[in-house]
Amino acid sequence: MLLVPMRVMVCLSYVPDTAARPRIAADGKQIERTELKFIMNPYDEYALEEALRVRERFGGEVLAVCVGPVGATEILRTALALGAERALLVRDEGTLDSFGVAMALAHVAQHYRPELILMGRQSIDFDSFQMASTVGELLGFPSVSVVSRLTIGEGGTVVAERDIEGGKEIVETQLPCVISVQKGINEPRYPKLPDIIKAKSKPIEEIEPPAVEPVSEIVAMELPQQQRRGRILGSSDEDLDELIRLLHEEAKVI
Amino acid sequence: MAAILALVEADPRGLKRSSCEVLTAARTVAEQLRSSVAAVALTGAAELLEQAALYGVSEGIVLEHELLERYSMPGMAAALAQLIEHEQAHIVLMAATARGKELMPRLAAKLRAGYAPDCVELLVHDGQLLARRPIYAGKVIATVRLRTALHLYALRPNVFTARPVEKPVSMVLRRFRPHLSPGECSAVVREVLRSEGKLDVLEADIIVSGGRGMRGPEHFWMVEELAQLLGGAVGASRAAVDAGWRPHSEQIGQTGKTVSPTLYIACGISGAIQHLAGMSSSKVIVAINKDPEAPIFKVADYGVVGDLFDVLPRLAVKLAHFLGKPVPEGFRRVLERN
Repeated sequence: MLLVPMRVMVCLSYVPDTAARPRIAADGKQIERTELKFIMNPYDEYALEEALRVRERFGGEVLAVCVGPVGATEILRTALALGAERALLVRDEGTLDSFGVAMALAHVAQHYRPELILMGRQSIDFDSFQMASTVGELLGFPSVSVVSRLTIGEGGTVVAERDIEGGKEIVETQLPCVISVQKGINEPRYPKLPDIIKAKSKPIEEIEPPAVEPVSEIVAMELPQQQRRGRILGSSDEDLDELIRLLHEEAKVI
Repeated sequence: MAAILALVEADPRGLKRSSCEVLTAARTVAEQLRSSVAAVALTGAAELLEQAALYGVSEGIVLEHELLERYSMPGMAAALAQLIEHEQAHIVLMAATARGKELMPRLAAKLRAGYAPDCVELLVHDGQLLARRPIYAGKVIATVRLRTALHLYALRPNVFTARPVEKPVSMVLRRFRPHLSPGECSAVVREVLRSEGKLDVLEADIIVSGGRGMRGPEHFWMVEELAQLLGGAVGASRAAVDAGWRPHSEQIGQTGKTVSPTLYIACGISGAIQHLAGMSSSKVIVAINKDPEAPIFKVADYGVVGDLFDVLPRLAVKLAHFLGKPVPEGFRRVLERN
């Protein structure tokens, strides 16, 4: 089979900056979103880069999709500046649970009919690692998660390498499929200034998500309890003897 | 029929320890909810299933199908969905391992069930099961309630305790044959490449990690020898990995691996929030850093404020004496030189 143009859908998540210190809202069930700086989920940068490379090799187009609030158009513009042909925002003000987000992405895929769906291995807000598997199941596509190396053959065969405890596993599958990627799969490019300017006038499509009943809910959020002993020692010989004694007698770990 | 299913995996040494933790957690939940537990073997674990009896689980189920002889995540999800319906199970537990984190959400979506990933605590409140899990890189702990009749939970490895029962129970094994088509068993594992001779941070009880303070790859032998002395694995901070000093497989933190060892020793790691996300559920944390203001000391049980090039050789000698082991080669040479 010859190389054929591919439609690649890349899913971008709009998340609080990792360095941010979230505060819990008065209802105790969510964080104060207004105080935080939001960014493109760092893992999704690798997914976007991989999408662009696949498109460069096979031809076709890249659709960048984000399920998020209006502010998320900012990261979709970045995707356009980097080379995505189309961008789509599925409007959600935080009412969808993870399953709802997956349903929204599957809904987009059913209309767009991509050969390949890429995303980061986890969103750094809820750290769930579940989106690729869930979207794959909803579409009836195979999925492979936490992929550190992806090879797509001319006949649509896919070989994906993923990290497991104590090593790696090599998974074989075929297009169409859903892949979540891991740091290390590539080195993402930076947008060029003229492209950033051009991306400002490109259209961003917008749709409403399908109505989905949540399957899970957060009933409470709290800050983690620090129960550390916090014994700070110097570095004299006596201090190091004391450290070994504490590890042995108090913590009982050696 | 079993109300609670505990999915178990094997590794080259036997039943995975994280699976044994899941068996204990399943039995604890079963006692509180007065229901029954069965252990279900994933590909490769069938021969080890009887070990579940050591953890008080007296029923085991082996999935039998030639298409499952090579592990296929979608195939396994299809088989388990049929088993869950057959057993009318209402709770499914698995460790949040590489395979667990991939399989459980697929299974949940197939059955339209609620799923809580990476749980660090399960609690029964008014007869209802709730899960607690870290979110926002561990900066917030969420309590999650699943709204469906069937619940799936993935449990973070090394957080729950595996407790063998005093008197092992006898095990009744059953076989279940799912209906599977080759199309459902797409995404097949062709090969598993084990990193030989190197303990993975995900499977280690003790981790010694190095960061920017190590100043370069040529000094990491100190971390390696200390880890070896303690029978632990080597970890690294993002700074050390991004600088090319250590492989990505050793990276601990938000962009690397999340670990919960019994003892975590951070050498020359300042403790950026991204690093803390990957190790803050460790049971005991030791920090060695020359900057007394380093954030790592805020999460440490024991801190040593000092230059690690001075501290590590002396600590290694003292530890070797304490453990009754020879002083590691590299440290011995440094001391002879001084």
